[in-house]
Amino acid sequence: MTVNPDHSKHLTNLTLTIWRQAGPNASGKFETYTIPSISDEASFLEMLDVLNEQLINDGKEAIVFDHDCREGICGTCSLMIDGQAHGPQRGTATCQLHMRKFQSNATIVIEPWRATAFPIIKDLMVDRAAFDRIIEAGGYITSQTGGAPDANLIPIPKPVSDAAMDSAECIGCGACVAACPNGAANLFTGAKLSHLNLLPQGQAERFSRTEAMVETMDEHFGSCTNHGECEAACPKSISIDVIAMMNTDYLKSKFKNRKALSRS
Amino acid sequence: MTATLSDHAPMFTADPRLVSKIPDGAMADKWSNYKDDMKLVNPNNKRKFKVIVVGTGLAGASAAATLAELGYQVDAFTFHDSPRRAHSIAAQGGINAAKNYRGDGDSVHRLFYDTVKGGDFRSREGNVHRLAEVSVDIIDQMVAQGVPFAREYGGLLDNRSFGGSQVSRTFYARGQTGQQLLLGAYQQLARQIGLGGVTLYNRVELVDTVVIDGRCSGIVVRDLITGELQSHAAHAVVLATGGYGNVFFLSTNAMNCNVTAAWRAHRKGAFFANPCYTQIHPTCIPQSDETQSKLTLMSESLRNDGRVWVPLAVGDERPAAQIPEAERDYILERLYPSFGNLAPRDISSRAAKRAVDSGHGVGPLKNGVNLDFAAAIARLGKDVVQERYGNLFEMYERISGENPYDTPMRIYPASHYTMGGLWVDYELQTTIPGLYCAGEANFSDHGANRLGASALMQGLADGYFVLPYTIGNGLAPMLNKPIPGTDHPAFKEAEQAARDRFSGYINIKGTRSPDHFHRELGKIIWDYCGMERTEQGLEKALSELPALYDEFKKDLRVTGDGESTNQTLEKAGRVDDFFQLGMLMCRDALERRESCGGHFRAEFQDDEGEAKRDDENFAHVAAWEWTGDPMAANRNVEPLEFDSVHLATRSYK
Amino acid sequence: MAQTVNTRRAPVTGTAIHAKKKKKPFLLDLYSTAVGKKYVMAITGIAMIGFVVVHMIGNLKMYLGAAQINHYGEFLRELLVPIVPRTVALWLLRAGLLVSVLLHIHAAYSLTRLNHSARAVKYQSPRDYQVANFASRTMRWTGIIVTLFVLWHLADLTWGTVNAVGTNGVFHRGDVYGNVVRSFNRVPVAILYILANIALGIHLFHGTWSLFQSLGWNNPRFNKWRRGLATGIATIVVVGNVSFPVAVLAGIVG
Ligand SMILES: Cc1cc2nc3c(=O)[nH]c(=O)nc-3n(C[C@H](O)[C@H](O)[C@H](O)COP(=O)(O)OP(=O)(O)OC[C@H]3O[C@@H](n4cnc5c(N)ncnc54)[C@H](O)[C@@H]3O)c2cc1C
Ligand code: HEM
Ligand code: HEM
Ligand code: SF4
Ligand code: F3S
Ligand code: FES
Repeated sequence: MTVNPDHSKHLTNLTLTIWRQAGPNASGKFETYTIPSISDEASFLEMLDVLNEQLINDGKEAIVFDHDCREGICGTCSLMIDGQAHGPQRGTATCQLHMRKFQSNATIVIEPWRATAFPIIKDLMVDRAAFDRIIEAGGYITSQTGGAPDANLIPIPKPVSDAAMDSAECIGCGACVAACPNGAANLFTGAKLSHLNLLPQGQAERFSRTEAMVETMDEHFGSCTNHGECEAACPKSISIDVIAMMNTDYLKSKFKNRKALSRS
Repeated sequence: MTATLSDHAPMFTADPRLVSKIPDGAMADKWSNYKDDMKLVNPNNKRKFKVIVVGTGLAGASAAATLAELGYQVDAFTFHDSPRRAHSIAAQGGINAAKNYRGDGDSVHRLFYDTVKGGDFRSREGNVHRLAEVSVDIIDQMVAQGVPFAREYGGLLDNRSFGGSQVSRTFYARGQTGQQLLLGAYQQLARQIGLGGVTLYNRVELVDTVVIDGRCSGIVVRDLITGELQSHAAHAVVLATGGYGNVFFLSTNAMNCNVTAAWRAHRKGAFFANPCYTQIHPTCIPQSDETQSKLTLMSESLRNDGRVWVPLAVGDERPAAQIPEAERDYILERLYPSFGNLAPRDISSRAAKRAVDSGHGVGPLKNGVNLDFAAAIARLGKDVVQERYGNLFEMYERISGENPYDTPMRIYPASHYTMGGLWVDYELQTTIPGLYCAGEANFSDHGANRLGASALMQGLADGYFVLPYTIGNGLAPMLNKPIPGTDHPAFKEAEQAARDRFSGYINIKGTRSPDHFHRELGKIIWDYCGMERTEQGLEKALSELPALYDEFKKDLRVTGDGESTNQTLEKAGRVDDFFQLGMLMCRDALERRESCGGHFRAEFQDDEGEAKRDDENFAHVAAWEWTGDPMAANRNVEPLEFDSVHLATRSYK
Repeated sequence: MAQTVNTRRAPVTGTAIHAKKKKKPFLLDLYSTAVGKKYVMAITGIAMIGFVVVHMIGNLKMYLGAAQINHYGEFLRELLVPIVPRTVALWLLRAGLLVSVLLHIHAAYSLTRLNHSARAVKYQSPRDYQVANFASRTMRWTGIIVTLFVLWHLADLTWGTVNAVGTNGVFHRGDVYGNVVRSFNRVPVAILYILANIALGIHLFHGTWSLFQSLGWNNPRFNKWRRGLATGIATIVVVGNVSFPVAVLAGIVG
């Protein structure tokens, strides 16, 4: 059988310092818990499951945290682990982080995403609806159902569609905002914009989209001073180049949209 | 020719309430005939109708967006924080469409035929043909929305061949097809929300449907943040709430997937069809320890280049590399020469199960089979393999801590998709007038087994191209007729019932958590109603389940209150419904005394261990009717007629 | 503002329908958004970099002796004469520079405000930054230090008000060389200059890299040069400028 040497080890005596907050307006604080032993095969969230089982058995309320697919694709999981969004492993969402990355006797600090646009709902769960507002403002290509031309009508150069795909991989987790010292959402917005603005289908609305999304982003989030933390925290390792592209398109949109406006 | 069993009298009688409403005409004309004859709602009357869409996955988001485009008032509901997180996002492999861009002989008819055959002749021809027809429009629609499907250097769309099909008709976006499609649909939905066409209720869970005078008049939802219960009335309600694979506890579904919406509708009179049709996916990462909370799927595309094998010797402890070719058993290549490692899901899954059951399993827990890329790497070079599967290999390494480039992947089947679901007619309407069901939640067009890359297709077909027509047809006659409002006593009763149910869970104050019961439930279902089912096994399950369910009702422990976010409480409600569904699954599996597709009854197999269908007695849909106790549900029957395809035994030899 | 939601939740719809806001004049319109302000910071930044670099080079004349540098000061005043009267060109340059500094500071100030309110409640546990460096995280402080320095510097070598303090000589407008030497002979002053220039260097180390990003001048071809360029400019400016007080103290100049 094929087992790598350090398979199914157990980590022992983990100390967890976890933010507990009863509700949106309650004032929270850190609580400390211990996990006597856990398999290093367990994922980070499974470790929290184990903790919650313990809590329920002790008649205590389980820790609330957001999660769903546990495959690194839905973007629901969202934990600040030891001061890093999604924890120590690069290009990896919290749910894909495994206990192998930690040592016995370690102390692990878990905090919710912190941003004014991401209000805490309870414990480690936050509300990321501000992202949806940005998409609603223009993060789409208008195409009435049924009215579409044949899919192969417009050939799209492979490099272009690959570049669009690189940005389209964004899972909307909010780690970029959580990691950004300024609480800026430029990586998320830039990713969505470059996905749609690169594609031929996206050209018609390119500049109205850019202006609308950037200005909606402005209403909720901080500004980018190019720290680059977002890229480092992004589970899809989306490059901050998308931010530069957004900036160019935004300036262009200011010209183009005014032209369009004065014409109409 | 007609291949119904006209000469024999079938051993079942059709239920008068199960009219499929298949339009007249030749198979190829049925859908256009329907559209020509259906009643229309004139554009400025549309806004007089309110439609509730529960679920914002592929099926729900596309339906809500399109209905709003048409001018209906749409209220969309999801328990997720954002529509974009629906479980459709996790689909990896791809989506089928009869585009025949490859010119390899694909056609609407062939996709139709493959789907009926793949479903082991347990699906409704009319629906499947419509699905194949609109598959073509789906790709156009999604590309127009900016879905970055994989392309060739010429700039045209690329295709791959997928799970047991002999043509290349699968469109894909890296290993994230579902994500890209859902984002496409979500963006159309977001646009409608922005424009005010759709009103979105997020982080709310449907806890009941309300039926007044035999018609579905609305729903009751629970706000997952405040615990508050709200009623919503509408002219029509669509459930697009996904599959129930999580009844197995360990499955490839997301942690929060549940059957609650469909089940609560079932309890209000919607028949539940073929619950025993569940699909097991052959290529998942085997369970690695006791804390495991879910299983992760490895895209089936891996089987294009990976070779499945186990050691010939029982309990061979050597590392794969040290096991010489002569001492390896390439099970699929041996058993199914013509399809080899690409044999259909159910067949490959059972082969793996037999290997593990007979002690040939690999891995620390001896619970998997090897999926070996050594040959592919030797043949194509590491770069090509990396180009094709790089992201999947990384995913595997992240989870298992092993590097598939030098040791084979370990895979094992896991519950993945549920073909069963709420019974719907050609219009996707359930047995409750005004209540529609779309996507994985309905008993779908996949019969007893779904072909790879066909669920995304079905979800989008239902939402974009079917419901918008059929709902209009249903609403037209209701123009200017008043509908009951949320002040109607029926709503208040439903709210009260839900309130009691949830406070009930908290007040049991037992000793065991919902997850604890879910694990035990899942184990029973997996052992006796999983990949292989037997009469005794099912009988055993049916004796154990009610007992465990009673313990659940007596010994459940839910901490915390019902006035703020409480995931333990949410889970309790879902597990409750899974228990009831589980019993129905086992009963359905027991009653279906044949093997077909995902439903394999050990008693019904030929000497090579292949599934033996019994078309004479079981070429029908079993639609279960709630009677107050899942153990005593009524089994009603919709016969299936096959006019365009021959009933043939599937052979992948 | 605390991190809160209204517990009584409303469904969402019509989020993209806005009362049509009347357009401000182009520049104000642009400047009203964070991205626009970053453009302004970048452009004013470039102007200021330009000045600092040229200024440093000009000062190098000090090594060529009093005559040279004094003549240089004169040359600046004579700039573009006779096209424009004496010192006019210089005043134009000064005006441009002043505007840049003011705009830059205003943008920096308002963005900083924005960023603070964007995370009203800070992380309660220590952050573990991955790539954000000391320079990028201290921009506003290094910036402020530099500005304060400039004010002192003007008082010292342009207006002369603090130039002769604590020395036995007096400030001579036009005798750039003497003024500088007199000033730097005071060790605390020399140290002040050195520290201020290091702060400036740190600011430029991030700023010069960052401005390309802000202006969207992002191109795989030259991305790799950006870091080098920033380090280069920062070093040149620091080394050049720090050399003067050092040289004076070391008696090389004077
Ligand atoms: C890992 C994985 C990989 C897959 N790969 C493929 C593939 O490659 N090709 C393919 O064709 N298919 C694939 N499938 C199957 C396919 O993804 C699903 O069948 C399909 O996406 C289901 O879509 P849906 O819209 O019906 O349901 P979902 O996408 O599951 O959406 C369900 C929605 O209903 C909402 N909901 C559910 N219950 C409630 C409730 N009680 N109250 C309120 N809202 C509720 C949820 O919030 C969600 O929005 C895969 C499935 C899995 C699990
Ligand atoms: C009170 C004075 C100053 C303050 C508060 C200040 C502050 C800042 C801040 C907060 C930034 C944003 C960081 C970023 O976006 O990367 C910045 C950028 C910058 N600053 Fe300053 N600064 C000041 C003076 C100066 C001076 C004197 C110079 C040049 C000599 C300068 C050059 C730059 C440059 C080039 C940038 C990069 C612009 C960009 O990234 O768009 N700054 N400054
Ligand atoms: C140690 C290095 C420096 C030396 C020796 C130096 C020297 C001088 C001198 C001699 C003058 C007066 C010129 C004149 O009146 O003719 C001057 C002016 C000035 N210096 Fe510096 N300087 C130094 C660093 C800096 C730095 C780092 C800055 C800004 C970041 C700066 C900004 C200015 C400004 C704004 C003026 C006024 C220019 C004008 O009057 O038009 N200097 N400097
Ligand atoms: S850009 Fe990266 S970090 Fe930001 S939301 Fe998208 S995936 Fe998450
Ligand atoms: S970390 Fe923040 S400052 Fe910009 S580069 Fe990323 S958004
Ligand atoms: S839970 Fe879905 S991305 Fe982590």
